[in-house]
Parts: sequence; C-alpha cells; structure tokens
Amino acid sequence: MDEQDQSISGGNTEHVVEAHDLTKRFGKFTAVNRISFEVCKGEVFGLLGANGAGKTTLIRMLCGLLRPTEGMARVVGYDVVHHPERVKFSIGYMSQQFSLYEDLTVAENIRFFGGIYGMKKKDLAQAGEEMIRKLRLEGIENRLISTLPLGWKQRIAFSIAVLHRPGLVFLDEPTSGVDPVTRRQFWEMILETAREGFTIIVTTHYMDEAEYCDRIAIMTHGNIAGLDSPENLQSQFNVSSMEDLFWKITRERETADSITGI
Amino acid sequence: MRTILIIIKKEFLQIFRNHMMLPMIFIIPLVQMLILVYAATMEIKRIDLLVIDRDNSQYSRGLISKLSGMKIYRVAVIPTAGKEAEARLLDNSADAVLEIPPDCERLLMQRQNSSVQLRMDAVNGMAAGIINQYTSLTINNYHKKWLASLMPGNAGDGLRQIRVIPRYWYNPGLNYKHYMLPGILVILVTIMGMFLSAINLVREKEMGTIEQINVTPIRRIHFIPGKLIPFWIIALAELSFGLTIGWLFFRVPVRGSLLLLFGFTSVYLLAVMGIGLFLAALSRTQQQLMFMYFFFMLTFLLMSGLFTPVESMPQWAQTINHINPFAYFMRVIRMILLKGSGFRDILPEFVSMTIYAVAALTLAVWRYRKTI
Repeated sequence: MDEQDQSISGGNTEHVVEAHDLTKRFGKFTAVNRISFEVCKGEVFGLLGANGAGKTTLIRMLCGLLRPTEGMARVVGYDVVHHPERVKFSIGYMSQQFSLYEDLTVAENIRFFGGIYGMKKKDLAQAGEEMIRKLRLEGIENRLISTLPLGWKQRIAFSIAVLHRPGLVFLDEPTSGVDPVTRRQFWEMILETAREGFTIIVTTHYMDEAEYCDRIAIMTHGNIAGLDSPENLQSQFNVSSMEDLFWKITRERETADSITGI
Repeated sequence: MRTILIIIKKEFLQIFRNHMMLPMIFIIPLVQMLILVYAATMEIKRIDLLVIDRDNSQYSRGLISKLSGMKIYRVAVIPTAGKEAEARLLDNSADAVLEIPPDCERLLMQRQNSSVQLRMDAVNGMAAGIINQYTSLTINNYHKKWLASLMPGNAGDGLRQIRVIPRYWYNPGLNYKHYMLPGILVILVTIMGMFLSAINLVREKEMGTIEQINVTPIRRIHFIPGKLIPFWIIALAELSFGLTIGWLFFRVPVRGSLLLLFGFTSVYLLAVMGIGLFLAALSRTQQQLMFMYFFFMLTFLLMSGLFTPVESMPQWAQTINHINPFAYFMRVIRMILLKGSGFRDILPEFVSMTIYAVAALTLAVWRYRKTI
C-alpha cells in the first residue's frame, strides 16, 4: 500500500461507485448477475432484497473481498479487481456482526482501527475524543466492548467505520437483530453522518428502512429489479408502501423467472 | 512497520486480558516439568524378583542372600516351580522369575555346566532388557566370587582378563532427568509458540473479526508477523522460565552458550509457528485446527527422540525426521545444554532450520487470503 495513496475522497469522481456488468458465479450458481449501477457522492444508497438475493455478495465484491467473475467496478476511483488494497484504504465497512474486538476497550478499538488505516497519532487522538463526545461515551472509553449493550456496540462500530473519513462507507445489514427504537436511533446517526458529506451504501431487509435512503436498488435472484428513489419506485409500480412495492417486484420477478424457465 | 507494531500491541492487550493466559504461561510449565521429568523416566528403581529355589544348596542360598542384600531387588523365594510363578507375573507382583534347578551346586562342583533360568515380564521390552542385563551381571559376579572362594589364588582359571572401565561422558551420573528435561522444554516451547498463535488466528475467524481485518488495508506481510511476534516473545520467555525451573529443581547443566540456545530456538520457533499459522489458515474452526494439530504434534513428537533415541529408529523413520522440526530442536537443545556443543557443531541443524523457517513462513503468508 502506497501510503500517499490514502486519498480520502479518492479523486474527484462524481460517482463514488461505478459498476458495469458485475457478475459473480459460484460454480453453476449465479449470485450476482450482470449488475450495473452508479452511486453518487453524498448519497445514502440502499440495497434491498430477501436473504440470498445477492446483496452481501455484491457488497463483498465492491469491498475487494471477493473477486468478480466478470464485469468491473470502480470504487472511490479505484478498480476493485486490480487495486483491491487501494479500495480498502478508502472505504469503511461495518458488518452485521459489528466486528469490534470484544476483549478490548472502546478506546483500544478506536486506536487499533484508526492506527491500521494509517491515521496519525494526533489526528487519531482528536478524532477519537470527538467520537466519544459525540456518542456521549465519556467515562465508558475504558470499558470492554463485551460489557456494552448491543445498541451501543453498533453505534461504536459505525463510528469507527467512519473514523478515518473514508470516501465510501459500507453497512452490511447493520440493524439486524436490533430492537425498533435502537434501529431508529441508529438511522438518525447514519443520516446525520451522510449530511456531513459521507457516501453510504447500506443493505437491509427491513422495508421501512428504505424510506431513509436517497435511492434504493431492489435485488432479486442476483439482479436489480428496480432502482430509483423510494417515491419514484412506488409511483412507477403503482403501489402506496414499500412493503407492497417489494411484494410486487419480487412476485413479478419470480413469475418472469418461471416463464423464461430460469 | 507501524502497522505491525499496532497489531502486536493489540495482540498483547488481548493475550494478557485473557484470564487463562498467565496461569498457562507459568503453571503449565511448572507442573509439566515437575511431573513429566520425574514420571517419564526409564530408570528402574525396584525389581520384584521371585526366586524358585529348587536346589536349596549353599550355592543357591548364597545367591539369594546376595540378591536380597541389594537395594534394587525385592526378593521372594518359593521352593518349587508351579502355577505360582506364572500367577505372580500375570498380576504384576513379580517382574522376573529366577529358577535355580535342582542339582545346580552339585553339577558345578563336578566342574560341569549348569544354568539358571530368568523369566521376565517383557511387556515393556526395554525394562526387561535392563532387568536381564543387571541380573545376569549380578549372578556372574556372584559366580566368580564363589569360584574364587573355592580355589583361592586361582580365580577364573588363571586367565588374564580385560576389564572395561566405563566413563559416562556428558552425563556422568547417568541422570535420566537431565536427559528428559530438555525434551520437556521442547514440548513446552513448541506448544506456547505454535499452538497459541495458530489458535489465536482461528479464533479471529470464528469471532468474525477477521472479516473486518480483511476489509482494512492491513497487508498479509503485516498481519502474519503481527500475529507471530507476540507468541514468539512469549515462547522465548517460556524457555527462560523452563530453564530456570530446570536449574532450580534438577540442576540441569547449561554447558553450552545460552545465547546460542536462544538463537537456535528463535529460528526454530519461526519454523513451527509458520507451520501452525499455515494449519490455521487451512482451518475454519478451532476444532478443525485441533485435529490437524494433534495429528502433527503426536506424530512428530514421538518420532523426535523425546523418549527413544532417533539413532535406533529404522532408516525410513530417520529419513522422515529430516522434515521433523521437533527432532532438530530435540537434538540441538540436548547438545547445547548437556554436551556444551558450539555453533560449529550445530551448524547443519541451524542451516536446515533456517531454510525450514523461511519455507514455512512463506507458505503461511501465501495461504492466508484476504479474499474469501
């Protein structure tokens, strides 16, 4: 990793993500099928779909964790196939497991993750302090993550994912297994962060969460079945709620699949 | 470089936060060394000898009293052969049965040959061999003295005899503990280095934190050393601790250079930790790792010459031992501690181990994937 390459925005591309015919096959099974889309700077982009629709596979390819079978994608200006390590330097990632180290304290987690993204000691100390103040964690910095409630862990994991001010943040089902109140609080946090200029891609299977996104892509069987703002999609499919929209899209898709014999 | 330091710091925080860790580092070696060194011994302290004295002569009674007078024998005498001898061997109350035939003394007096029979429990062949040697020697000595007493001034038919004067070098007291202790140290250092680092890596996989690591810019050549160095330091500390115990409790000699020993151990550790991390990269769960690890550990440990000398193994086993890192360390630690061998003496082992370390680490770094 060339340390001078740690550009925070990754250049001046208006599109933070550009995917062209991105495909991933596992043997005969096609998890992601020729997907093309763009994500604009400052957007909160939602990836919706049932379990197994290919959301996680798509995200993993965009993070440089999985090599695409076909197609290409540029993330914060870097090609995910040829420069996965540069991509990794410029993104933040939070998975459903909130992978913090449970046997380290809040402050130790901050120092570790900030450190490996190459943050300077001074910047890291400052960013860490600011984060603790913002999350109202004063006095808790030195408690082990394992002793904290789930909602807190989740917010800490998110804050750590954006600590190095990445050009793009991936949230992979960040709210699964969390109660509705905590979910709502968490989304307020995401939106607040987005207002600071961060670009965020979030996957979820809670339809109500789609309303928080600027644009959403609904995935079924490895394809994008619909991509637009939640309102536009609802009027386009002539439905009045996200639940109905999702039902309609997935059912249509399944009917289409059974006709074409897929 | 900074990335490696950050990882090392994190590992040390986690290691010492684990309540099991400190006891493991200090108590396991203490217990293992104190128990194993005493228990894993080939020395025979006592031989339960059943004598069937069918002769009941002066000669046979003299032999029995000579045997009874020796500390190592616990002698029981019965007059006739029967089921009892076998029964005693079966229930382990006798290790050996010495049968003196009738007319033994009479035949000897007539300058004829006679023989006594020594039956041994040879389930443990090595112990039986030792009992045989020792008892035969005792009987021969007794016999010579008996002859001498019959014919004063004419012992051994007047033939000149050659006497072998044994001097046991490097371990003059034939102290088995001094032989075993370095072997136990090998096990300890290996477990601490190889096993703990491997299990640590697999644990990150099980916890899911590895996925988080994989989306960060940490490179493989940072990650593997970061995982390795903390346990490398701990294992070397373990060696110091073990040597201290060995010196305090067993007075195990340190005839060679400690610097050389630590130098070789450092390289050895890199090799076995490389293997450990390679196995860890192959496994998804701690269970899988354990199975592979025990297979590897048991096979190579038993072949390494911990209990039985490598030189007495069949040729194919000795050939396999060329790829057995434990065998190298087992040999070298004994050479340095007991014989005081220097750098020139262990140079071939040093070179082999260095090649081994480079290969194992390369393999581990290569196999560890940041992609799924």
